[in-house]
Amino acid sequence: MSQNLIVKPRPGHGPAPNLVDYQAARTTFSWSRAAEGLDGRVAGRLNMAHEAVDRHAAGARRDHLALRWLPRAGEPQDYSYGQLQELTDRFATLLAELGVAKGEVVAVLLGRVPALYVAALGTLKHGAVLCPLYAAFGPQPLCTRLSLGGARVLVTNAALYRRKLADHRSRLPGLRHVLLADEDDAASPLPATAALWSLLRQADPVPAQVTTGAEDIALLHYTSGTTGMPKGAMHAHAAVLVQQVSARLALDIHPEDVFWCTADPGWVTGTSYGIMAPLTLGATLLCDEAEFEPVRWLSTLRGERVNVWYTSPTAVRMMMRLAAELPARAPFPDLRFIASVGEPLNPEAVHWSQKAFGLPIHDNWWQTETGAIMIANFAALPIKPGSMGLPLPGVEASLLRRGPHRSVTPVTQADVEGELAIRASCPSLFRGYLGEPERYAECFADGWYLTGDIARRDADGYFWFLGRADDVILSSGHLIGPFEVESALLEHPAVGEAGAIGVPDALATERVKAFVTLKSGWQAGEALRQELLAHARRRLGAVVAPKEVEFRVELPKTRSGKIVRRLLKAWELGLPEGDLSGVMVDPAASLTEDPPRHE
Amino acid sequence: MNEEELSAIVVETLRAVAPDVDAGRLDPERSFRDQFDIDSVDFLNFVLKLEVRLDIKVPELDYPKLSSLSGCLKFLQAHAAP
Repeated sequence: MSQNLIVKPRPGHGPAPNLVDYQAARTTFSWSRAAEGLDGRVAGRLNMAHEAVDRHAAGARRDHLALRWLPRAGEPQDYSYGQLQELTDRFATLLAELGVAKGEVVAVLLGRVPALYVAALGTLKHGAVLCPLYAAFGPQPLCTRLSLGGARVLVTNAALYRRKLADHRSRLPGLRHVLLADEDDAASPLPATAALWSLLRQADPVPAQVTTGAEDIALLHYTSGTTGMPKGAMHAHAAVLVQQVSARLALDIHPEDVFWCTADPGWVTGTSYGIMAPLTLGATLLCDEAEFEPVRWLSTLRGERVNVWYTSPTAVRMMMRLAAELPARAPFPDLRFIASVGEPLNPEAVHWSQKAFGLPIHDNWWQTETGAIMIANFAALPIKPGSMGLPLPGVEASLLRRGPHRSVTPVTQADVEGELAIRASCPSLFRGYLGEPERYAECFADGWYLTGDIARRDADGYFWFLGRADDVILSSGHLIGPFEVESALLEHPAVGEAGAIGVPDALATERVKAFVTLKSGWQAGEALRQELLAHARRRLGAVVAPKEVEFRVELPKTRSGKIVRRLLKAWELGLPEGDLSGVMVDPAASLTEDPPRHE
Repeated sequence: MNEEELSAIVVETLRAVAPDVDAGRLDPERSFRDQFDIDSVDFLNFVLKLEVRLDIKVPELDYPKLSSLSGCLKFLQAHAAP
């Protein structure tokens, strides 16, 4: 084994890990046996919200704390499984009263507030499809997703609605109901909206009349591709099985645990682990309305007695900056397991965590399309800092090389790179991209789902992430499609062409940088740069918009006129240019037209 | 440095990170994040630029105090060189 290995002593406190003997678990694991941990399969039905809430509310855990909500300021609010059942029943009733049919899309655009959990779980109970949206998106990505998904209902709040969607409502003819989840219902209702909490108080808390099966679509998660519009990955209720198994084995959640997932609810982690998985195990979910704030987070970990904490590398790296200022090592007596996801976690962060918390961070890997954790560093196994870990029992992972006519050949040697692939039989894999069967089919070959991530596997079987096979930008744990960024820039009258790439960033892994050429009559300069940055931020939101814009005389293009982002990236990072056949490189393309900058 | 000058510097620094900010509509009492989109990396860059501009060191534990315009002014008046 490699020298760079963290071998863990047996934990001095808390229960033993759920997974102790990894090899034995891999050998004996079967999904059909694992499904016995679910309730709904008995009657041939399966519903994520039933597994997360109703089964516990019907049994001994009815009064167990399901959700503790920490508002930005003020006292925490607690919801038992029984209370969560009542509220989600009301929401499902409300959808029925609004005429929402099974399989129709309900979009949720909220931060971490109680209405998020009620709407998400109530939507699933009603058999409608939940589409979580990211509140930091600007109007353009939001409208695109609402319109592609054909959303019938949007649950949001007055501030977000006013700022991002009210002016664009005419672009969304299919959106019939906008429900505003503000605590103060009476406060000046906006036109064409309704007050969620008033409606919920009037709706009957009776069990939903709709039944769902394992293959009915439950979730619609948008993710970004290299070209074209965002892709709507659809997940079936069957994914709940892998959500539960992975939460037990990879996150080591026990039923008596307090679990804190810091992911934004607009992304897949915020749904799979920020809502569903821990509830299916009957654990307590902690949610904090506040945005990332290192000092608050440390006191939450301690004060709320968090046992299992699932966070992101960007957050960890920002907390590392605090380390020097912390008075002394703060004790976290209840914390037992820390995991991280979204982008590769650098080894320094794993070592820092050992000093700061007395525990290493367990990196794991999955993506929107896989629906649940696929590869992880496990509680009972040594950690290789910087590695994604080993496949979850029941998950077969491989490295493949693509050949002609959709053929693939396995990479069998250790430490040789290939495209990471997951055996297509894994129950949580997505069931399609909404309205794009061909794009979906292109992801599969020879019984494998090809992830678009390039990795290597070492002699011990640990996987190591190397990069994306395409031009998608990985920033703060989110995939950003360069096409969406470029489209927004092209809407500015000055911009002739645009190319967006990810450049390395110490905190966010990558940040978006855009290269633009200007139409005639426009002059490159600091004022225009600021104007373009502002234009992009207003349309796309802070997380998607470029952080840098550089002016170019020309951009490198293929003969058919497509911008070659990989070349922009190679020039930017001083990397080899690679195969240039088919690329038209005007000598001017690598020349900057940037005037000198003054900070 | 008087409050007006300090306020101009804060707004200018904020706009260097988030050029979409409409300085005229900035409510000094409300948190920046409630008024426009600014992610955690933007916020960190804002603080780092303020440090350079005013030649001060903001302890990380005090970052939350800089989350609104009035919070910035209060903190900077107490810490920035005259």
